[in-house]
Amino acid sequence: MRGVISNIQRFSIHDGPGIRLTVFFQGCPLDCWWCHNPENIPYGSIEDCDLKTVYTPEQLMTEIRKELVFIDESGGGVTFSGGEPFMQGKFLAQVLSLCKAEEIHTTVDTSGYVNEDLLNSMIQNIDLFLYDIKIVDADLHKKYTGIKNEVIINNLQRIVEGSKKVIIRFPLIPEITDTEQNIRDVIALMKSLQLKDINILPYHRIAEKKYDKYGCFNRMKGIKQHTQEEVEKYELCFKNAGLNAKIGG
Amino acid sequence: MNERIEYLRDKSTFSEPYITHQRAELLTDFYMQSSETELSVPVSRAMAFKHVMENKKICVMRGELIVGERGKFPKSTPTYPEICLHELEDLQGLNDREKQYFIVDEETKKVYKEKIIPYWRGRTIRDRIMNELSEEWKNAYAAGVFTEFQEQRAPGHTVLGKKMFSNGFNDLKNEIDEAIQNLDYQYDPKALDKKEELKAMKIACDAIIAFAKRHITKIESRINEESDAAKIAEWEQMIENLKVIPAEAPQTFWQALQHYWFIHQGVITELNPWDSFNPGRLDQHLYPFYKRELEAGSLTKERAKELLMAFWIKFNNHPAPPKMGVTLKESSTYTDFSLINVGGVLEDGSDAVNELSYLILDVIEEMRLLQPSSMVQLSKKNPDRFIKRALKIIKTGFGQPSIFNTDAIIQELLRQGKDIIDARNGGASGCVEAGAFGMESYILTGYFNLPKVLEVTLNNGFDPRTEKMIGIQTGDLNSFKTFEEFMNAYEKQLKHFIDIKVNGNNIIERVYAKYMPAPFMSLVIDDCIKNGTDYNAGGARYNTSYIQGVGLGSITDEFTAIRYHVFDQRTFLFEELKNAIDRNFEGFENMRDVLINKTPKYGNDDDYADDQMRKVFEMYFNAVDGRPNTKGGYHRINLLPTTSHMYFGSVLGAMPDGRKAGIPLSEGISPVQGADRNGPTSVLKSAAKIDHIRTGGTLLNQKFTPDFMSTEEGIDKVARLIRSYFRLDGHHIQFNVLTADMLRKAQENPEEHKDLIVRVAGYSDYFVDLTEELQNEIIRRTEHEKV
Repeated sequence: MRGVISNIQRFSIHDGPGIRLTVFFQGCPLDCWWCHNPENIPYGSIEDCDLKTVYTPEQLMTEIRKELVFIDESGGGVTFSGGEPFMQGKFLAQVLSLCKAEEIHTTVDTSGYVNEDLLNSMIQNIDLFLYDIKIVDADLHKKYTGIKNEVIINNLQRIVEGSKKVIIRFPLIPEITDTEQNIRDVIALMKSLQLKDINILPYHRIAEKKYDKYGCFNRMKGIKQHTQEEVEKYELCFKNAGLNAKIGG
Repeated sequence: MNERIEYLRDKSTFSEPYITHQRAELLTDFYMQSSETELSVPVSRAMAFKHVMENKKICVMRGELIVGERGKFPKSTPTYPEICLHELEDLQGLNDREKQYFIVDEETKKVYKEKIIPYWRGRTIRDRIMNELSEEWKNAYAAGVFTEFQEQRAPGHTVLGKKMFSNGFNDLKNEIDEAIQNLDYQYDPKALDKKEELKAMKIACDAIIAFAKRHITKIESRINEESDAAKIAEWEQMIENLKVIPAEAPQTFWQALQHYWFIHQGVITELNPWDSFNPGRLDQHLYPFYKRELEAGSLTKERAKELLMAFWIKFNNHPAPPKMGVTLKESSTYTDFSLINVGGVLEDGSDAVNELSYLILDVIEEMRLLQPSSMVQLSKKNPDRFIKRALKIIKTGFGQPSIFNTDAIIQELLRQGKDIIDARNGGASGCVEAGAFGMESYILTGYFNLPKVLEVTLNNGFDPRTEKMIGIQTGDLNSFKTFEEFMNAYEKQLKHFIDIKVNGNNIIERVYAKYMPAPFMSLVIDDCIKNGTDYNAGGARYNTSYIQGVGLGSITDEFTAIRYHVFDQRTFLFEELKNAIDRNFEGFENMRDVLINKTPKYGNDDDYADDQMRKVFEMYFNAVDGRPNTKGGYHRINLLPTTSHMYFGSVLGAMPDGRKAGIPLSEGISPVQGADRNGPTSVLKSAAKIDHIRTGGTLLNQKFTPDFMSTEEGIDKVARLIRSYFRLDGHHIQFNVLTADMLRKAQENPEEHKDLIVRVAGYSDYFVDLTEELQNEIIRRTEHEKV
């Protein structure tokens, strides 16, 4: 069994507790307008990939083990991100169980768009979810990400019921997710699930060059970034609602 | 900082480095007037020292709390013609050069021409050394295989221990009398020599007491000009202080600082020892005074801080004495490496961090001065808030303090055979050198160019630059059937040059022991008095000689490229590679691209590359460690460059890792600039594969952009990163927190960035004072982007 990994980032300090190693999985079923990593969306077959990006679970564990001293010292671990890590579900499940066998803290950074059974098969090996909630309204979600969000919200409920630790990640996208209605919906959703933690991820235009480089169509052209003050106002909205909000991961 | 400190700080910062001939002239007068034949060498050295201390100009400035200058005023810097003589063109060169210049006035030139040059020409230590050293030593030195520390500056490389904070020089005189009483003329054939040494030490005690007393007269004249009652009271208190120290042990915090400062003056006026001098564990030495006085109400925290600030400024007033030639290239800086230690452990091994440790960190942060250098000793026993406090200073981008692993230092010292208590009382000085403070002479003898030996091996003993046969014949490239055979050839070549260097060291040591005793230094370092033996002759309790390996990252990548492409992958033939490097890769751009971008590199936690580092480390360690010096001690290795990696790169042709001719080598134990692609954890993992415990210090530089530590969480994670490296026995780490853009701007507009201090290698320096190449190299060092 092999997985396609677009990148491995060490000394990753914004994707969960402590010092982490973040593994970026190639391939994502969503097509968000604001995607920062458009090059990670397509999932090529293993045969097409450069050898350097294809790992067996054991090879990936070798890379993870190299970081153990930092992980242990800082209370860190491994974060699986992407792309959408669940898209390579069997590979992810295998790596998660190997991590758990070695008592390594695991985090999955996910869109939540995953088959329920697949999620259930490995949920016991995931210590923390960084769970994206982008838009609560189903139609708007479909418009801006290419898919409906029913599965995403159902899965979130299931994870919460399973008493798993969850941090909501909310991409703050001008004119798309930053509407009053959506903010209110996100707060309501979190309250109904008794979720406390939310990371606000402000949109930034650093990915624009990537769109040109990879020849992708950039639907965000002309959209301005929020200023720091604006972002802080949104943060305050969430805080005022009693949530533990934080800018950035 | 208050108005007084600001005034003194400005005076220090804006003074120009100046050469004063005062010391040189007084010394020359002494030797011209006295008949050397009647006096033993130590006694005449001590009397010369006394003559200087009794006659040089006394400087007491308005607002000063700590007094004593080596020259006539801040940054007025003496010369040491008995060690190495500056000819008139040298003086002109010092005046004219762009970096590390010293203003030389006409009077100095005149005195040099008429008196100093005629007397000292042919009689200096440098002349004696050069007369004794072999042709092969000179050839290797000229080729740039190694440098020599003692050709322009005296051995020193030591730090004050706790003894002098509870002793005055009258106590030492009693100790000397006792030692003289105890001389055993029956069984000790050296007894009479020892008597001369001890007599010399006693004269040196009188010299420093006299020097201190002369300040009283000067202050009295200040009082006469003063009308402000508060200021008069302060001057009067200073006079009271000077009636106690340095003759008697200090009683107060203020006296303790002033007492140390006179000792510092003694050491750096007697000779120009390397690494200036250093109070070492300052928070430990001062704590008893601080605590006692704070409880008694005779000192406030604010006053203690002000006194420390005044003390800090005194260091900044004293640039390193002028260096020339290769010595300048290996250490191009005004910094004189007084590395003040904070933190660490107590004698009993417990956490030594105290309130004063934090107060000293406040002082470091506020003063932002080039000198003294500062560091924190971090033991696993020290609290996290201590390292985090230090990181909050580091993140302001001033390059200080650097961070050392106390637990590793103790293990290093123990491995060298030191007592556990002596090891715990030690620390690091200079750049990164581990030492038993107050009782060890740990001399750096010179940098050693590890990649140069590879170049000589590739050329079968021949140096292409000087066009001389400087090595031994270890075989033609075609004769090596395996990579191991080639590495064996390198090892033979390495041993050959280490033999030359060690032989040279032993000669130079004896020259200093015989002709250049340092009776004042001997007073303050144990057990010189007890042994009746001079510091430069092996009087210290421990005597270590270091050869500092340079270019570990470069040599690793060079060997890895050969192993990978010539022997494993067979991408090219050895002769093809050799042909390309002989042509500096001109016309071989594709090959160079493969060597740079498609080859495993040190710094990425990749064992394929790091294995070569381990092998070179073992070879270097085995060639040097344990070889006796002439002082009853041994040679050891450490891995640090100061600025020699620039010089060593300049004498080296293109190399198999794709590096072009003349480009700087990797510095310290850092990877080749730009070769690390996996971020800081991989660099630390690769660096931790060095067996730090078998060295006497390693230097690792990491650069971060300021936003990396912009939050408490970020600071915490960097603290964890450091703790992890130290768990792996890493010896030292230092951070440059700035962006490459910031540096480029500073390079373009030096006028606007005069205050920009960067970490160079084991010390900080003003960025605009660095040579352009060194500036470029700092810009190139891998910048870890915000994650």
